[in-house]
Amino acid sequence: MMNLQQTTVDNGVDVQALLEAREALSAAPEGAAFVWRASSTWAGGTHTQSRIEKFYGLGEEQSHRTEFEIDTDHPELFAADDNGATPVEVVLVGLAGCLTAGIASVAQNRGIQLHSVRATLEAPMDLQGVLGIDPDVRNGFASVRVRYEIDADAPASDIAALVAQSQKRSAVFDIITNPTDVHVEVSKV
Amino acid sequence: MSTDRTPWAAGSVDVIVIGAGQSGLAMSYFLTARGIEHVVLERGAIANSWRRERWDSLRLLTPNWQSCLPDYAYAGERPDDFMTMPEIVAFISGYASFARAPVHTGVEVQSVTSVFGGYRVGTNHGSWFTRAVVLASGAFNRPHVPALSQNLPPGLHQITAFDYRNPDSLPPGGALVVGGSATGLQLAAEIHASGRPVTMATGEHLRMPRTYRGFDIQHWMQVTGLLDQRYDEFDDLDRLRKLPSPQLIGSEQRSTLDLNALADRGVRLCGRLAGLRDGHLQFSGSLRNVCRLADLKLNRLLDGIDRWIEINGGLGATAPYRLLPTRIVDPPCLAIDLRAGGISTVVWATGYRPDYSWLQVPVFDRKRQVRHDGGVVEAPGMYILGLPFMRRRKSSFIHGAEDDARELSQHLAAHLDAQSRARAFKFPKSA
Repeated sequence: MMNLQQTTVDNGVDVQALLEAREALSAAPEGAAFVWRASSTWAGGTHTQSRIEKFYGLGEEQSHRTEFEIDTDHPELFAADDNGATPVEVVLVGLAGCLTAGIASVAQNRGIQLHSVRATLEAPMDLQGVLGIDPDVRNGFASVRVRYEIDADAPASDIAALVAQSQKRSAVFDIITNPTDVHVEVSKV
Repeated sequence: MSTDRTPWAAGSVDVIVIGAGQSGLAMSYFLTARGIEHVVLERGAIANSWRRERWDSLRLLTPNWQSCLPDYAYAGERPDDFMTMPEIVAFISGYASFARAPVHTGVEVQSVTSVFGGYRVGTNHGSWFTRAVVLASGAFNRPHVPALSQNLPPGLHQITAFDYRNPDSLPPGGALVVGGSATGLQLAAEIHASGRPVTMATGEHLRMPRTYRGFDIQHWMQVTGLLDQRYDEFDDLDRLRKLPSPQLIGSEQRSTLDLNALADRGVRLCGRLAGLRDGHLQFSGSLRNVCRLADLKLNRLLDGIDRWIEINGGLGATAPYRLLPTRIVDPPCLAIDLRAGGISTVVWATGYRPDYSWLQVPVFDRKRQVRHDGGVVEAPGMYILGLPFMRRRKSSFIHGAEDDARELSQHLAAHLDAQSRARAFKFPKSA
C-alpha cells in the first residue's frame, strides 16, 4: 500500500523486525515454541504476590530486563485489605495490553500514524457464581466490553479495521474467548 | 461421449493429465492445440466430482454467463441463472466431446513416481511412462473434519458436506451446521427449511451480496479485474489460498444468503465451534469480531466497486448502498448442552483437502501441501491446476481454468522442447 506522506509513520513498533522474525520462524518453527511463566506467593488473607522474570523462547531460556512484581488482592468491600487489584481486573489489563499492542503493530504495518489510543474495559460479573449461591451462574465474566477511543491519521473504517485485526491476532483475546486446557497439580511440602 | 478408449493399453505418452474435470479438460484442449501427445486419466466418469461428491440441490454460485472453457461458452437461455449439478455435468461432458479430449475413464491413478526423464504413473490398469504430469484432480477431494468430531457422543448423527445429499436423510430434530462458508450457509438454509431448527457455528467468513447496484456481484468481480488478480501480486498468499468460499448461493431469485438472511429465517448463530466439555459444546466468544471483520471486508469490496464505477462508468448501475451490519443476538450462544440442546445432527461444512496420497514425489511442504509457483510444481515437468488462488483469484472456478491452463501448457511445452534438445545434444548423431 503506498504511503504518500512525507513523514514516515512511527508508532514506536519495529514492524520490520517482526516481519523478519515471522519469516525466520516459518523456516524454523521450533523457535516459535515459547513458554510464558509466572510464580506466586501467598501473602496472607486474599493477598498474593506474583513475580514475572523468565520465559522460554527461540530455543532457550530468556529473561526480562528486570523482574516484575504484581500484587493482587480483594477490595475492602470483600472484607479484605485491598493490597492490589483483583485478579479479574488484571485479566482485563492483560486484554487491554494485548489488544493495544496489536493495534500499534497493525497500524505501523499499514502505515497509519496513531496519536492516542485509549481503552476502557468493563466486565459484568454475577457474584452468585463464585459465592456458590446459584449453580446456573458462571464464576467468570458474563461478558467483556472494551471501548476504544483512537486518534489516528486514517478514516474511521480503517481504524475499525485496525481494532478488528488486532483481535484476530491477539493472544489474550483468544485465551478469553476460547477454551484453554488448564492443569493444576498439587504437592505437599 | 469423448474419445473414450476401452479397452486401452498403458504405455508411454508425452503428458499425462490426471483428472477429467474442468481443469484437466482445459489443459487437454491446449495440449491438443499445441500438438502435444497426451492422455487424460479419470478415475470415474468425466466431471466425476461434480457427479458424485455434491449435494442434490447444489447450483454453481457463479452465473451461467461466466461459465466458459477454452473456445466454449454457455449457450443456454438463462445466462443470469445458475447451473444445477446435472447441468454442470452436461456442460463439462459436452466440453470433453467438443475438445475431443483423449480421456480414459475408470482409470484410477495409484502412484506417481520419478523416473529418469519423467514419471511413472501407476494405475489400476497398469503403468504409464510419461515426460510430464498435470495434477488436475481437484482441491476438494476429502472433507476436513476437526478432531473434536471424534469426541462427540455416539448417538449424535454426524455428516460432512461431502456426504450430505438432502435433508430427508437426516434424523428429525435440530441440526448444528459447523462452518460459515458458502456450503455451510446453503446447507443451513436448506436444512432449516426442512423443518429442523438450525444452529450455525462460524468463525471467519467472507460476506458478499448476490447483486450490487443492479448487477451480479460476479460481474463486478470480473470487470474490476479482481478475478484476474495474479498470485504474485500478493505477499500473504498462504492466507488468501485458505479463505473460505464466499457466502453466495445460486438461485433464480438471485437472493443474498448471508448470516442476517439466515437469522431472519430463525437460524441461531454461534461463534466458531471451539470445544467440548462436560457434554457441552463450546463456541468462541469471538463471534462479534469475525462478523465485524467480514462486514469491514465487504465494505472495502463495495468501496472498490464504487471507485471503479466512478472512473470507468457502470452502464446501468443503480445507486451505491451498503448492507446492514451482521446482527449478533445479545447474549450470544456460548455453549449448547448436547443432552438437552435439541441437536440431533452435526453437519461439518469445515472445508476440504485435496488427496495426493498417490503422489510419491517429494514436492510437499511440511503441511503436506504441494509446493508450486503459480501451478509450476517443484518437480520438473509437473504442474498443478484448480487450487484456490493457485495462479489467479479465479483459479478454482470453472471459468478460471482457461487462462491458467493456457499459460501452464506453454510452460510445459517449453519444458518438453528443452528436454528434447538436451537429449539431442547428449546423443549426437553417431559419428
